[in-house]
Amino acid sequence: MSATRAEICVVACAEAWRGDGEILAAAMGTCSILGARLARLTFEPGLLTTDGGALLTAEAVPFGAPAGAVEGWLPFREHLWLVQNGRRHVMMGASQIDKRGNTNISAIGDWPQPKSQLLGVRGAPGNTICNPTSYWIPKQSTRVFVPKVDVVSGVGHDRAAELGPRAARFHDLRRVVTDLAVFDFGTPDGSMRLVSVHPGVEVEQVKAATGFDLTVDGDVPQTRQPTDEELRVIREVLDPKGLRYREVKA
Amino acid sequence: MGVVTSIEDIVGSLESGMTIGIGGWGSRRKPMALVRAIYRSALTDLTIVSYGGPDVGLLCAAGKVRRVVAPFVTLDSIALEPHFRAARQRGAVEFTEYDEGMFMFGLLAAAHRLPFLPTRAGLGSDVMRVNPGLRTVRSPYDDGEELVAVPALTMDVALVHMDVADTRGNGRYLGPDPYMDDLFAKAAGRCFVSCDRMVEPGELGGPPQTLLVSRMHVTGVVETPGGGHFTDCHSNHGGQGRDEMFQLHYAASAADPEAWAVFADRFLSGDEAAYQESVQQWREEGR
Repeated sequence: MSATRAEICVVACAEAWRGDGEILAAAMGTCSILGARLARLTFEPGLLTTDGGALLTAEAVPFGAPAGAVEGWLPFREHLWLVQNGRRHVMMGASQIDKRGNTNISAIGDWPQPKSQLLGVRGAPGNTICNPTSYWIPKQSTRVFVPKVDVVSGVGHDRAAELGPRAARFHDLRRVVTDLAVFDFGTPDGSMRLVSVHPGVEVEQVKAATGFDLTVDGDVPQTRQPTDEELRVIREVLDPKGLRYREVKA
Repeated sequence: MGVVTSIEDIVGSLESGMTIGIGGWGSRRKPMALVRAIYRSALTDLTIVSYGGPDVGLLCAAGKVRRVVAPFVTLDSIALEPHFRAARQRGAVEFTEYDEGMFMFGLLAAAHRLPFLPTRAGLGSDVMRVNPGLRTVRSPYDDGEELVAVPALTMDVALVHMDVADTRGNGRYLGPDPYMDDLFAKAAGRCFVSCDRMVEPGELGGPPQTLLVSRMHVTGVVETPGGGHFTDCHSNHGGQGRDEMFQLHYAASAADPEAWAVFADRFLSGDEAAYQESVQQWREEGR
């Protein structure tokens, strides 16, 4: 079976939680939510996932489906305590992200009177300083991958380093998945590195969609293909209606 | 103990310049009947403390707000709140922007008469830059860790919406999430509860852990069937949760001044009974 770009993205998101064991896989965005549930249904069965609301589902459920049987209760207050507790790896979205992994979901322009007011910082400050954090960005461009974010909602490596090793000991940026590629921060100064490009994407294309100097080490491999079983789970179980294609075109 | 009161008497007891906390979360179980009454009141210069949704948007649209204290303002199924965006982009409202966990710690501190509570959330982020009054505190123990000292989010009045309440002001929620409504009730000098259905004391029913708000924290209670509309409430819209169609209509109207004038004239120019009737008519036209 051959996979679509959206399915490559779902699997690349799922890979973020590999090896995490029994923690909450918290996800925002369709491919990210599908990725969390796919990981749970395949290579990372210990993960906990929600119905998109306050319920921890007994089994990973299809996107948008009712919770069915539940194994736990996670209303917002408990979710916010869990952030402090730490048994959680979150994959957030970002309207802007910079080379050191600072992210912005708050506002574009000058904060006192922004050109474009977005959501507000939401949980990004706490998430990034307390939990392993990854990002899912459905449409990579130089508008999103910027030299400097306008408002630091999610804390990047330079800001964490300024805090010192004690205050930043739970700061742990894992990976960034976009519609084009996968990135991490595995460089000496914690700046962003290209890990793999999705099948059909050239390295130059990724560089052109990045508004800062990207670390590229030698030959860049391709993001792995989904297995037949992964494709079956995505197509028949988790997302039979193809909602993933609203985020990443087929 | 709460006394049974009216929407008009609750809003009549508020004053311009007050700090008002609003329960719910985003576009979920918001005390919208009370918010609509503030919208058509003469009140002004308010500070609104809220996990923000259309409550913040409506009050910004009416020019009631001097400052918003919030970690976000969203309609959930529609990410951005048009009126709040417009107000911020005009520079019309001041904004105290907190992380959502910080915000909960601020409520917890206020609810428990503490000056602050410590947390890591906020460290390293621009929350510290855009709130220059925020202070950190160093652990007095051997770890010596520096943490954000989130100040108590005290408020003059809190407004919350329950699915069921009794005539004393005890309130029960039926959905999956209590949000922070009990903390708002405890953090405020006075708390008013609106409810979809009012019952006699002892008739609240249900598992005791769904009894969220206690009369000891409640000043007044009012029955407002559909009072959470159009936000996600267990009891309204035939148990279907959020009225997504109407929220879409709200958001589309809010994004355009002329459309908003039409919306406001049709839905917000009368009292709560008139609102509910106009919504019912709007729904029937859509069939």
